[in-house]
Amino acid sequence: MAKARLIGDRTSKVMVQAMERRAADVRGRVFQFSLLTTLLISLFIIGVLIADVMIDAWGLLTGRPGGFLSGTMRSLSDDPKLGVQQALVGTFWIAVFVAVLAFPIGIGAAIWLEEYAPRNRFTRFIELNIRNLAGVPSIVYGLLGLFLFVQSLGDLTGGKSIAAAGITLAILVLPIVIITAQEAIRAVPQGLKEGAYGVGATKWTMIRSQVLPYAAPGIFTGTLLSMSRGIGEAAPLLLVGAVSGRLGGNPGFFDLSAINAESFMAMPVIIVEWVQNSGRDPGFAEAAAAAIVVLLVFVILMNAAAILLRNHFEKKRG
Amino acid sequence: MAPEMVEPEASPHLHLDIDRTGQAAVPDDTGDPVFEVEDLNVYYGDFRAVQGATFTVYEHEITAMIGPSGCGKTTVLRCFNRMNDLIPTARVEGRLNFRNVPLYDPRVDPVEVRRRIGMVFQKPNPFPKSIYDNVAFGPRVTGMAKKKGDLDDIVERSLHRAALWDEVHDRMKDSALGLSGGQQQRLCIARAIAVDPDVLLMDEPCSALDPIATTRIEDLMQEIKDDYTIVIVTHNMQQAARISDRTAFFTAQLDSTTDQRSGLLVEYDRTETIFSNPSDERTENYVTGRFG
Repeated sequence: MAKARLIGDRTSKVMVQAMERRAADVRGRVFQFSLLTTLLISLFIIGVLIADVMIDAWGLLTGRPGGFLSGTMRSLSDDPKLGVQQALVGTFWIAVFVAVLAFPIGIGAAIWLEEYAPRNRFTRFIELNIRNLAGVPSIVYGLLGLFLFVQSLGDLTGGKSIAAAGITLAILVLPIVIITAQEAIRAVPQGLKEGAYGVGATKWTMIRSQVLPYAAPGIFTGTLLSMSRGIGEAAPLLLVGAVSGRLGGNPGFFDLSAINAESFMAMPVIIVEWVQNSGRDPGFAEAAAAAIVVLLVFVILMNAAAILLRNHFEKKRG
Repeated sequence: MAPEMVEPEASPHLHLDIDRTGQAAVPDDTGDPVFEVEDLNVYYGDFRAVQGATFTVYEHEITAMIGPSGCGKTTVLRCFNRMNDLIPTARVEGRLNFRNVPLYDPRVDPVEVRRRIGMVFQKPNPFPKSIYDNVAFGPRVTGMAKKKGDLDDIVERSLHRAALWDEVHDRMKDSALGLSGGQQQRLCIARAIAVDPDVLLMDEPCSALDPIATTRIEDLMQEIKDDYTIVIVTHNMQQAARISDRTAFFTAQLDSTTDQRSGLLVEYDRTETIFSNPSDERTENYVTGRFG
């Protein structure tokens, strides 16, 4: 009432009417509701998937969780020594390869592209190609791995080995690592860079003291998420030759000789294998579901590590 | 505005109500030239941002650059410490000497230039580090401090100089981002003077600050100008009138051949002259507030 009087001759009644809430904003509500629906659909699908897998895997995982983790591949699903040990070892070492190869190379390439590369047609061409590579189907990388790392460089990698598979997956995630690291580096405020240059920092000092600490949380989140994606890939591993036969018994988890041994198994491939087996031996469906749960836990643990690292670096950057 | 439209001014004097009492009179004898600018042209790609600027900045003076947006004053400032090198398309032509050294000579190391010619930016840009580490950054990266004790001394002295020591001495390990805007800007000044520069360039250092913080920075500039030479870009004419010894007035002029606006230095003189008795009509229109 008092406010209305402030504006000239307008009576409070007119003002109250003018300011009154109009009829409900129907289109806005519909838009908001449809957005919520899309979110719920995704959540529902994920929920059904997880529930389905969990129900199938429940008996095996609760019955002998330790035995399943330490067991090996068997020809019969009711073999009490059936388990994912070889596949876990394979996936673990493949992840190590990805981390050791793809992270430094990818982050280095991103720093060069963002901070050193001249802005010309050549670098634009390179960046375009990196983006295209990120969209290439993973089976193509599998072919590359088969020809290059299994056949041509077989003496070095040991042929169809964890090394060959690890290098192949490292190359698969490399474009994603480069792109996410580039985005994190690009988000560093220009003011910080100029502040560092302004007191006589060299380019290298500026990058080390400002760009990398500021970009670190984004770089770590992006790269670890790309690795989670990479270790879930089955297609390239099938081509590079993850095999079920001729596997040694129980390779130790840190038995380095297993890296270039001429046979290996990985979590995504064991899942494919067991799903195929379930045709002749329905018990393998349960084993496949349990393997999926193990792989999910593995990926969730890695993502949790990514979040912890990000928080750590964010706290450090103040 | 066509020339005949300009109303004849009864008095050429400016009516800015500025209290200049208590401020040291501008000495008649000028110091050594620090920057000698002659026919300076700056391009961003094909766009000419500054055309043919010629003026001289003298030692231990505060030189202000004023003018409307897009007149090239910040561009000129960023030439003085080669900060424009960071923009890939930027190109500088003409003569720009810093104490007789041609700044854009290929043999000159821009890193060394920036150590000797410090800069304070429009938006306070403290590093996301502790207060101590902010001030210590420059001495560390330039290898000034050999011992930890030396570094402590430099940090304390710089913070004293920037009139910030009393407010922060008991929380040196706290993040600089927790300071207020005015404190952050004084921290940036402390960071700049920690490497013992010859010149301080200030790019609208008070535009993001409240009047009280602005006054503190202006007082600070008066206090430190005996040790440094200061070049300041400001949008605030009163500020230029209050603090500077000389003023350069830039304007954005339409180039009829390219149909683009480029920065032009209209007039450069002692600040009193610029504000009370400018020789160019455009300067007078600007400082009396009838343009821009």
